[in-house]
Amino acid sequence: MRLRTGWLEVLFWSVLAAGYVLWPSQLPFASQVLIAGLFALSYDLILGYAGILSLGHAAYFGVGAYAAGLLAAHGWGEPISGLVAAGLVAGLAGLVTSPLVVRGTDLTRLMITTGLGLLLFELANRLGAITGGVDGLQGVEMQPLLGAWRFDIYGRTAYGYVLAVVFVLFLAARRLVRSPFGLSLRGIRGNPGRMRAIGCRVDLHLAAVYAFAAAYAGVAGALLSQTTQFVGLDVLSFSRSAELLVMLIVGGAGLLYGGFVGAAVFMIAHHYLSSLDPVYWQFWLGAGLVIIVLLGRDGILGFFHRRRSSAASAP
Amino acid sequence: MTSVLRTEGLSKRFGDFQVLDRVTLQLPQGARHAVIGPNGAGKTTLINLLTGTVRPTAGEVYVESERVTSLRPEQRVRRGLVRTFQVNNLFSDLTVLESVLLAACERTGAALDAWRALTTRTAEIDAARATLRLLKLEGAAQVRTRDLAYGEQRLLEIALALACKPRILLLDEPAAGVPRRESVALFEAIAGLPGDLTVLFIEHDMDLVFRFAQRITVLVAGAILTEGTPREIAGDARVKQVYLGRAA
Repeated sequence: MRLRTGWLEVLFWSVLAAGYVLWPSQLPFASQVLIAGLFALSYDLILGYAGILSLGHAAYFGVGAYAAGLLAAHGWGEPISGLVAAGLVAGLAGLVTSPLVVRGTDLTRLMITTGLGLLLFELANRLGAITGGVDGLQGVEMQPLLGAWRFDIYGRTAYGYVLAVVFVLFLAARRLVRSPFGLSLRGIRGNPGRMRAIGCRVDLHLAAVYAFAAAYAGVAGALLSQTTQFVGLDVLSFSRSAELLVMLIVGGAGLLYGGFVGAAVFMIAHHYLSSLDPVYWQFWLGAGLVIIVLLGRDGILGFFHRRRSSAASAP
Repeated sequence: MTSVLRTEGLSKRFGDFQVLDRVTLQLPQGARHAVIGPNGAGKTTLINLLTGTVRPTAGEVYVESERVTSLRPEQRVRRGLVRTFQVNNLFSDLTVLESVLLAACERTGAALDAWRALTTRTAEIDAARATLRLLKLEGAAQVRTRDLAYGEQRLLEIALALACKPRILLLDEPAAGVPRRESVALFEAIAGLPGDLTVLFIEHDMDLVFRFAQRITVLVAGAILTEGTPREIAGDARVKQVYLGRAA
């Protein structure tokens, strides 16, 4: 029940805030990493804390992306209200689909979430008149942030906007996992049968966190469509869900920051490897992922977390 | 005397195999009631039926006057019907205090609070610590469950159930696998539970059963062979035949 803010946390967010100085030419890329980190955080809430394995989490990312994109394309370009609306729509989608997901076991959940992801992908593809189909949604035009800051080509406004949203949502997620509800999620992940035997309505708890995580994924998707002012069909793709799983496993599940670390490692590796070896870059990415997971099955943060725990318990 | 827990003709059949056959029990408040019987007699199935993890083929379960037969396990816990397990069924990654807090938070409804920090839930933390004190586990509060000694894990099983503030506690072989000296201490802790708590327990160790039970039900092949005080059961020739394979 450790609750204090560590200096590493302060350092982490300070470095991100200093991004304008540290990586001024890479702000659009850094925004994308942060968005992927938020998406991975939402996945961490259901996988790392509640034990719900999913291969269709991109469904909610895509719902949020299209909701925000469609609003902006139809004249509602105010970013913050669009973001809230997208989060609510994705959260509602999560709530509606949660009964299908929470009742099963790992394998059935994998099948159902994969199926839901594919359903939404093809639905968006089929409804090309609304979504733009394979050409993507055009005409997404954002108004200035808070009426003052225009979304510029260098990504300065976008970076500050994304960082602020991610930070606020991170704080809320942090509160959640440190609350009694967060403890009950850890109990459910560890032993759902025993949770029922102490009176827990397991399905209700899982549905609640699933909808909450879906809303987070929706906000991440909305941030992407608002900052790039475009929505491609790939926001709903299976590979986005699969990459999300990889990011979280690489970073470390159930540690809150694991998603951010995993997203950064994955996207930076992707970025550099594809420029070093444009044809076979995925070979090197795959090799790197295998090595990381072999070195520490709990991911990068899990590795350090374990070392710190064993150092603390040493005589 | 009014029964706190009552079954009427409780039966369970798996295919052609009748596991439990028309079991009728009545436990008054504060009872210390043991269910004994050879392996395969249906003792654990009886607890599974009482707690709702298994549905009966026929019969009813009542908590006081309320019929709970169709309620789910977690709903029965809210009616005060709580169990422990024959094989440790704990939260290996959580500390002892966190484990008991889970139950305390479920009982008060705090488990749905996603905003306040767990550390500010002083009422639940105090209740969890009091439960640990009752079972002499307070010293292990910060120990991860998987690092506990086996006997302490058995105590934690009971602590989890007690933190739900049950009216009826069902103990499925609480001393299973515990060395003799520790099992006596464990049963002394059980004997020290509040007097208004109704306890039904399954146990194979006859010394412990005769020492701690006020009444005993003997199950054989899914049916009640007899029921009575320890003295009556000890003198029953049919029971001796079941356990010793011959009439006394």
